[in-house]
Amino acid sequence: MLDFFKFLGKEQNKSKDVAKERLKLVLIHDRANISPKFLDMVKGDIIKVISNYMEIDESGFDIRLSRIEHEDDNYTSALIANIPIKRMKNIGKNNG
Amino acid sequence: MGEVIVITSGKGGVGKTTTTANIGTALALAGKKVVLIDADIGLRNLDVVMGLENRIVYDLVDAVEGVCRLKQALIRDKRFEGLYLLPAAQTRDKNAVSPAQMQKLCEELKEHFDFILIDSPAGIEQGFKNAIAGADKAIVVTVPEVSAVRDADRIIGLLAANELIEPKLIVNRLRMDMVKRGDMMNIEDTIDILGVDLLGVVPDDENIIVSSNRGEPVVTEERSLAGQAYRNISQRLLGKEVPLINMETEDTFMEKLRRLFSGKNNKRY
Repeated sequence: MLDFFKFLGKEQNKSKDVAKERLKLVLIHDRANISPKFLDMVKGDIIKVISNYMEIDESGFDIRLSRIEHEDDNYTSALIANIPIKRMKNIGKNNG
Repeated sequence: MGEVIVITSGKGGVGKTTTTANIGTALALAGKKVVLIDADIGLRNLDVVMGLENRIVYDLVDAVEGVCRLKQALIRDKRFEGLYLLPAAQTRDKNAVSPAQMQKLCEELKEHFDFILIDSPAGIEQGFKNAIAGADKAIVVTVPEVSAVRDADRIIGLLAANELIEPKLIVNRLRMDMVKRGDMMNIEDTIDILGVDLLGVVPDDENIIVSSNRGEPVVTEERSLAGQAYRNISQRLLGKEVPLINMETEDTFMEKLRRLFSGKNNKRY
C-alpha cells in the first residue's frame, strides 16, 4: 500500500519537472544578466523611495523577475514586486 | 562556395568532438567535400576520435602563421573520399590565432570545400570567439542536464550577439528509459526552455565509446542508434526532410513482457 502511494506521489514530482522549473528560473536571471544580489540592490532602493510616502512591511516585501508568456509563444521578462503597505504617510496628500 | 558551420556547446564533455567527427564523416559519405577544423588549440582531440593522430605533420597554427601552406596542414582521410582534417596545435594556446585569422582561413577553405565544420572548444573565451569568427551557421550541442542546458542558453545568446542567429540544436545522449521514468528532460522540455530549432536527437549509445576507442566514427556502424541519428542529422543539413527518430513509442504488451524476461532495454528509437 505504501508503494502504491509512493507511485502516485512520484507522478507529481518527477525530477525532470524539477529540473525544468529550476532551469526556467535561473535562465530568466541569466538572460537578463541579473544576479540575486542585483535584485537585492533594486529592492533596497525601492524601499528607500517608497518609504518617503508610505510605511511598508519590509518583511513581506517580495520582488522577483518573472517572465510573461505572450500569445505568440514569446516571452518577455517582468519585474514583479509585492509591497505590503502598513500606513500611508501624510505628505503628498491633497488636503484641499 | 562552401558553408562554414561551428559546433559549440559552452559546457565541455557534451559531445562536440564526436558530433563534428560523425556529421563530417556522414557528409563525406554522402559525396560532399568536407574539412573538419579542430579549434581546440592546446587540447586537441578530433584527431584521436577520427583515428588520424599518427598522420599529423602541420597544424592549424602552422597554417595560420605561414609555417606551411594550408594544403600541407590538411590531413586526407583515406577511408572516406573527400574528408579532410585540419588539426589543432597541441603545444600552443588559444591566443595563438585571432578571430580575423580564422575568418581568413574559413574564406580560403570555402573555395575548395562544400562543408567546413569547426569543432569549438568548451567555454566562452578566446577559443570560442575564434571558433565562431568565420562561421556562417552554428550547431549547439547539449545533453538533457541542467548544467549543459543552462550553458547552451548562454551560448545561444552569445551566438546571437555575434550575428549567428537561429542556431540549430542537437540533444545528445538522450536516455529513453530515464525519460520514460520522468527522470530526464525530454526533447519538448529542452526545446521549450531553449527556444531554438531542433536539428537532431542522438540517443545514448555505448557504440560511441567503442568507436572512439578504435578511431572510427560511429556513423559507419550500420546498426548503431547513434550512428543512425548522425546520418539523419547530416541528411537534414543537406536539406532533406528526415523525420526524427520516434522517441515516444508506447510499448505493446508483448514488448513489455519480453523486456521483463530478457532484462534488456532494447528499445527502438
